[in-house]
Amino acid sequence: MNAPVETVEVSLTVNGERVKRSVPARLNLADFLRNEMELTGTHVGCEHGVCGACTVRVDGEIVRSCLMFTAQADGCTVDTIEGLSDSREIEELQSAFVLHNALQCGFCTPGMLMAAQALLRDESNPTRERIREYLAGNYCRCTGYQAIVDAIEAVAKARAGRSK
Amino acid sequence: MKAPRFAYARPGDIAEALALLDKHGEEARVLAGGQSLVPMLNFRVAAPRVLVDINRIAGLAGIEVSKDCVRIGAMTRHMELERSADVARHLPLLAQAIPHIAHPAIRNRGTFGGSCALADPAAELPACALALGATFVVAGKTGERRIAAGDFFKGLYATALKPGELLVAAEFPLPKPGYACAFGELARRHGDYAMVGLAAHGSTRGGKFLDMRVVFFGVGDRPVRSAQFERALDGQPVARKTIDTALAKIDAGLDARADLHASAETKRHLAKVLAGRVLGTMAGAAA
Repeated sequence: MNAPVETVEVSLTVNGERVKRSVPARLNLADFLRNEMELTGTHVGCEHGVCGACTVRVDGEIVRSCLMFTAQADGCTVDTIEGLSDSREIEELQSAFVLHNALQCGFCTPGMLMAAQALLRDESNPTRERIREYLAGNYCRCTGYQAIVDAIEAVAKARAGRSK
Repeated sequence: MKAPRFAYARPGDIAEALALLDKHGEEARVLAGGQSLVPMLNFRVAAPRVLVDINRIAGLAGIEVSKDCVRIGAMTRHMELERSADVARHLPLLAQAIPHIAHPAIRNRGTFGGSCALADPAAELPACALALGATFVVAGKTGERRIAAGDFFKGLYATALKPGELLVAAEFPLPKPGYACAFGELARRHGDYAMVGLAAHGSTRGGKFLDMRVVFFGVGDRPVRSAQFERALDGQPVARKTIDTALAKIDAGLDARADLHASAETKRHLAKVLAGRVLGTMAGAAA
């Protein structure tokens, strides 16, 4: 790609499905997922990378989808909350969130789950302090952090117990 | 809000990127990790006509250790630095600083070069580059040039980069035996920009501070060394008393500026509190 263009052809894999689209260069990945792919589990909160509600996985790592243009995801593998939910990858976390009342309005929940799953993938037994630090970039405006940390800690402990 | 309209280019190599920057001049901006630029676009603080996305240029990312330096490619992501055994071993100051940069999802995208080229006065990596005496490698139409970190940061979001130039890497000299470092910052929440931060590097060999480089960030319009503080430490015993005496010298050399969170007076106070802690850590480790 040489000359700058305002419309970009992209080809990417979203939740295991290959998709090709022609998109405006300025279209961010969050809006692409919500409006083009109708995957509305990725929430758009602050649109400047602060709230964490739009967290998705690109090539296996969590990113802010509001801070990435769709054009930049060309050739990438993108996983959203719908993908992780359908594959049952986050089943335990989802159950723990329900059990611990770790959500009120639910707006932050997809981002919280994406971040929690990334943490538990890398660290099998994080302390509460570590969970809080890791989630510091995900805002819950219902102020339900205590229960969210409870839920993630419970899953970490259950997994650690099983692997003994 | 959403980013304004722009045209997008994704050069495959440095020459192509330089040609695009040359052709589009001030209407073009380089898109690295995008973790600061994209918010600026979304806020409409910046509205470049052309974005030159350097994410797919081979060879711009990576960490290389050679005989006398560690070279960090401009497109090396914060997370790669955080996970690097080479960085932990040779540049522990960077290893200490990285976890303070925003949050994991941001560190997965944000880049070393992007942070240095933007030159946010509260950013961690420019301060570390200055404390460690790094040299920036810059590519331009007429070839490469090298700029010492001390000459690179020119002010608020201002660097020695000229229009059409691209930051390609930084070279960190391998710390000599007996050198130690310490890092700290005060922020309202973990991952927020520092209200005051400090990166310190120097020798504690033989129980004396020597060749100290103490860099404050989030205080002035760029990362700043406190020459008076450094002089008060140099040659003195690595001890609490030395640090406490030297703290009194910070005021004179520190051009603190008020921001949204704190007055200049508060910043100067916090700078002393933090310097006491960070140098104390360094002394404790040397004991």
